Amino acid sequence: MKKLLLSLFVIFMGFTLNAQEYFPKNDGVKTSNSNYTVFTNAIIHTSPETEIKNGTLIIQKGKIKQVGTALTIPKNSVVIDLKEKHIYASFIDPYTNFGIEKPKTKGNSFRRNPQYDASREGYYWNDHIRPETNPLEEFKYDNKKADAFIKEGYGALNTHMADGIIRGTGFLVALNNKGSEGERLLSDASSQLLSFTKSKKSNQGYPTSLMGAMALLRQVYLDASWYANGNTDNRDLSLEALNRNKKLPQIFEAGSRINGFRADKIGDEFNIQYIIVGGGDEYARIDKVKATNATYILPLDFPEAYDVSDPYMSNLVSLGDMRHWNQAPSNPSVLAKNGIRFSLTTHKLKKIADLKTRIEKAIAYGLDKKTVLASLTTIPAEILGKSDVLGSLKKGAYANFLITSQELFSKDNIIYENWVQGHKNIVNDMDTVNINGTYELTIAGKTYDLSISGKSSTPKAEIKLGETKLGSKINYKDDWVSITFTDADTTKTQYTRIVTAINNNPKFWSGKAILSNGVETTFIAKQKPKEGTKKNKKKPEDKKEVPKVLPVTYPNIAYGTSKLPISENLLIKNATVWTNESDGILTETDILVKNGKIAAIGKNLNIGNAKVIDATGKHLTSGIIDEHSHIAAAAINEAGHNSTAEVTIEDVVAPDDINIYRNLAGGVTSIQILHGSANPIGGRSAIIKLKWGESAENLIYNNSPKFIKFALGENVKQSNWGDAERIRFPQTRMGVEQLYVDYFTRAKEYEILKNSGKVYRKDLEMETLVEILNSKRFISCHSYVQSEINMLIKVAEKFNFRINTFTHILEGYKVADKMATHGVGGSTFSDWWAYKYEVNDAIPYNATIMHNQGITVAINSDDGEMSRRLNQEAAKSVKYGGVSEEDAWKFVTLNPAKLLHIDDRVGSIKVGKDADLVLWTDHPLSIYAKAEKTIIEGAIYFDLEKDKAMRKTIAQEKNQLSTMLLKAKNNGLKTQPPKKKEKQQFHCETLETIH
Amino acid sequence: MNQDMKNISYILLLLLFSSGNIIAQQTPAKSQNEAITITGATAHIGNGEVIENSIIIFENGKITNIGVNGSTTAKGKVIDASSKHVYPGFIAPNSTLGLVEIGAVRATDDDSEIGGFNPHIRSIVAYNAESKIVESMRPNGVLIAQTTPRGGSISGTSSIVQLDAWNWEDASLKTDDGIHLNWPSPFTRGRWWLGEDPGFKPNKKYTEQVAKINDFINQAKATVQSNSGKKNLPHLAMKKIFDGSQTLFVHVSPEKSILDVLSFTKKHGIQKVVLVHADEAYKVANQLKQHNIPVLLTRTHSTPNYEDDDYDLPYKSAKTLMDAGVLVALENSGQMERANARNLPFQAGTVAAHGLDKEKALQLITGNTAKILGIDDMVGTLEVGKDATLFISIGDALDMRTNQLEKAFIQGRDISLESHQTKLWKRYSNKYSK
Repeated sequence: MKKLLLSLFVIFMGFTLNAQEYFPKNDGVKTSNSNYTVFTNAIIHTSPETEIKNGTLIIQKGKIKQVGTALTIPKNSVVIDLKEKHIYASFIDPYTNFGIEKPKTKGNSFRRNPQYDASREGYYWNDHIRPETNPLEEFKYDNKKADAFIKEGYGALNTHMADGIIRGTGFLVALNNKGSEGERLLSDASSQLLSFTKSKKSNQGYPTSLMGAMALLRQVYLDASWYANGNTDNRDLSLEALNRNKKLPQIFEAGSRINGFRADKIGDEFNIQYIIVGGGDEYARIDKVKATNATYILPLDFPEAYDVSDPYMSNLVSLGDMRHWNQAPSNPSVLAKNGIRFSLTTHKLKKIADLKTRIEKAIAYGLDKKTVLASLTTIPAEILGKSDVLGSLKKGAYANFLITSQELFSKDNIIYENWVQGHKNIVNDMDTVNINGTYELTIAGKTYDLSISGKSSTPKAEIKLGETKLGSKINYKDDWVSITFTDADTTKTQYTRIVTAINNNPKFWSGKAILSNGVETTFIAKQKPKEGTKKNKKKPEDKKEVPKVLPVTYPNIAYGTSKLPISENLLIKNATVWTNESDGILTETDILVKNGKIAAIGKNLNIGNAKVIDATGKHLTSGIIDEHSHIAAAAINEAGHNSTAEVTIEDVVAPDDINIYRNLAGGVTSIQILHGSANPIGGRSAIIKLKWGESAENLIYNNSPKFIKFALGENVKQSNWGDAERIRFPQTRMGVEQLYVDYFTRAKEYEILKNSGKVYRKDLEMETLVEILNSKRFISCHSYVQSEINMLIKVAEKFNFRINTFTHILEGYKVADKMATHGVGGSTFSDWWAYKYEVNDAIPYNATIMHNQGITVAINSDDGEMSRRLNQEAAKSVKYGGVSEEDAWKFVTLNPAKLLHIDDRVGSIKVGKDADLVLWTDHPLSIYAKAEKTIIEGAIYFDLEKDKAMRKTIAQEKNQLSTMLLKAKNNGLKTQPPKKKEKQQFHCETLETIH
Repeated sequence: MNQDMKNISYILLLLLFSSGNIIAQQTPAKSQNEAITITGATAHIGNGEVIENSIIIFENGKITNIGVNGSTTAKGKVIDASSKHVYPGFIAPNSTLGLVEIGAVRATDDDSEIGGFNPHIRSIVAYNAESKIVESMRPNGVLIAQTTPRGGSISGTSSIVQLDAWNWEDASLKTDDGIHLNWPSPFTRGRWWLGEDPGFKPNKKYTEQVAKINDFINQAKATVQSNSGKKNLPHLAMKKIFDGSQTLFVHVSPEKSILDVLSFTKKHGIQKVVLVHADEAYKVANQLKQHNIPVLLTRTHSTPNYEDDDYDLPYKSAKTLMDAGVLVALENSGQMERANARNLPFQAGTVAAHGLDKEKALQLITGNTAKILGIDDMVGTLEVGKDATLFISIGDALDMRTNQLEKAFIQGRDISLESHQTKLWKRYSNKYSK
């Protein structure tokens, strides 16, 4: 069918087609056209940097033959005099899915229909890794879409199958509507495309999370080189393709600033510099964007203004989202100013035709026009390795160029023609005479005022008789203009028509008029001098304001700060100090903080140059440490396999989570972000300090101790996941034991092989398990009932390692003696129970009994709300079982520090330790205590007074932005309804999905 | 060992480790048979007042005297509570206590019926007086609860129970006290599984959903007014709302919805209206005061709904309302609401931490709650003539460190402060002390 279409195409369009010379021809004599087309008298912008005045461009057979001044014009040339018009290279979009349909979601979602294995054979074990995809097989050149691109100035597009994590190759196609497939295809493998989103062609569950996708990518790269070295007997077409595609430009659709960082991190690990398709929010942490060293591909989908006219609805829009509306148009210019190379893309634009207005907007927000041009021509050409033939006008390059009336991106510029591979596409007829102006129109003795404005090819007319405005319609095509207008007497529906051809003198028209009574006569129209209009024209230009862009904060949401807090020398005077050391609680004591550390503890300490904080009547403690948190993470559970030791929360730390700030307000300074409990062997942890405003990397502890989450019981056997989830091993506590024994047995074997010097496949999951066996990584295990706790202790003892922490451990009190013997700590809830069967015997005395048995006990939150009042949760141990206040306080400070192996740095007030401190208004275990100042390494990250002040500025800024939004709406800009972004609060059991 | 022998050994074991109770649940206390006098305690009345060094006398389940120690002579059994504190029993409104035992086990869930308009559904008949969760309330001073159905537009009819009873009839303080209406939200979540943005956006069906409720009310009114026709149980169940003998509890949070509820109740002439959750009531405090609409405010131990909100918004909201003159009390619905209902005193304490006077904070879970639920003739404050539903704590009961109950009474009955949990505590403490 395709062939038939193609031959029909050839038959009808034969004369425009440069048929391949070796193709047989049966519809006439074999002809070829080797004539030249020559454009003279043009301003030729050969590149964004160079311009040739009075230049000549010679093209032949779809390519540029010569470009320059005073060129010899061959005899067999068709010469077009461009009369001072401009020529530019046509644009290139490096990131589209032009002509390739995105697959639709297949069948049921993962939850309803779990699929653990791949659907394909001969390929990689995971269906979302599809480097072998060659989208050419599904490509259908889309003429209509192509026209839309051509109109905006595009000559070539890079396109791909936007599906999967590794998506296969992209190819480069010229927008040559009249060419053949063979002609248009500029490169059949121009790039390899990647993303963090799964293929819609498969329901295979793994990875269910962002961190799973990241771990999978790493494993694929490892497997590819292992495969390349010939270490496997089976064929794997995916890995073969990946190895083939290695040398291509690697384009990664990150979709957001932070995912860009995540992609870049993986790239760095494997010596790949990805080209990053950004999210438009790069401006908010531009230093880190620059540090990626990546070339970016930027979308231009600046958010539409939120409709905040209904105040009850406008509450939904956060300051962060309002700001993003205000700041996003400055994204390209911020990148440019920071010397970051980028290409622009139409990706994410609702329609291609929006390109022009978006570029105008970016320019209005400070983007330099030369940079725009480069980002549409030379840079995408370079990204795709096609600088020799695309993106600039030089000998040998494709004859892909634009003819424009003025400089590109200037306000009144018109793109006349867009030539692609030597084929002309008319965008606006350049021979159309511009008839804009005001005229004195005389018909049958009456004189009207006629003014014509707008686009020269589709002008608008306004006709007045005296002061009365008449309804009118103008039609201007092929040099003929006709105008129909109503009578001044509006009670009658009657029209006068005039028609004439615009000839040599467009300032004086005369032609036929048909009056409303049907009488035919003549009319004349004389253009008036332009002076009056000039003044009018100037006004709106004066009105044009430079858009106000509000400054970013870190993070760029409410309660972010314009400057990050810095470590100060502090003298906290006259406090009641809870040392957590042998000194116990010291009254009327001073603490000196220097260089982020506790420098001295004592009475009447020397002030030196320190800033004094009066703490009279207040309590000073070390910061609260939450052993079990799920805030500040973009993912929590990788639920796609029963073991996911290869994933790490460090990959998905989310520094812009408001819960960080709220936790600071509750006196929390350090947390362990644990993987969830969807599987017996979960993912690795991130241990972070709540340095609000810092990047994800800077939150994570230096030389962080290594932890991993394990889980037991109902969650891992999927008891509460619904009836469909009955196929993953294990489904019982019996199976859980064997799963561990199996994995650790294999890990041992893996280690032996690895140490033997023989060839082995590097397996990220096994690497992690080997760390556990060697006590280099510690387990924090989600656990409830005594049988399973006992079981895991025995498994660990069999493999000669120690479980570090049982977290939740609600029946720890039943096996506290065994736990003490094994040497495992318990990190528990104060009083949660009854939410599922396995917590039926959970008691609030658990912490006390474990503590009394000599176990290191911590109280944790597993919840972004409770973590704000962990001091209260610790105090419950005083109520339930009578733990001493000092010991109860350690449950949320020193003990979790011990469990996390960070007690050499934090957890108590001791000279030399990090100055992670909280100043409380009251006894810290009291319900009435509020954190007044929360300090991390000597920098004040939360301060009640500062918080109060910020509330005011937040309200003011929201008001300012609301006014701007309302103004945008009143100016007729398109709006979107108010929205509140989804910020899911995670718990252990939260099963997020990538969507 | 045969089965019977096994059972007997098990019972013997239990007897050894527990203090005489052989069933899981605590045995309800016997009626008060002699006068009891508590002397020397700081009495927190529950209406904002305090009596230091007080004397409290109760007989036949009712408080017969309360005043400054020495103002009257002690009667019957005397409890010296010097340096200790006496509080009226705390009240947990809008709870599902006794309706669900284990959240994740469907067989134990009885809180939500199918169907949209269920005013005829009555929670009291499903109330499990022997719930292990119910008995765990008492050691923290929570002695009364409103047991409330969930789900649908109108969930059903609630009742108020005291938490030491043999069965639901025995437990009931006030049967069928009110009907619970869930007001639609003007916002709706995007259906991400259909590829929509997963956040909140305006609910296009809001007007339609409100119209449905109006329609139901109009239909119910018509049915109630006429004596003919077939009996329509849901319609007839609304009768007491229309005649003002039952309260309509409207569960609603967004500001705009609250304002819509005000005009809705006015339009239909509904006399007794209480707002439940009412997260954004603080924004319309003046209107609520003007219309005399009380609020059962959402749990203070929650995170603010919006990123831009003050971090302490849920902590201080009750104070804002109280300062504006709105009658307000605290409720604790939400995740893990049953087990956490015992933390109600600390939810009140948190409001005090964020600026409210401590005695006023106490009102949020005692006197005010009783007024709002219409049981202030019986409970809520330590006043003569009211039920002797009260407890003695060694310290400030709004602070978890000092919320340590020595004794608690419900209608004068000296109730057990043991629970499944305290029994396990003792059993395992004994295990290790050997």
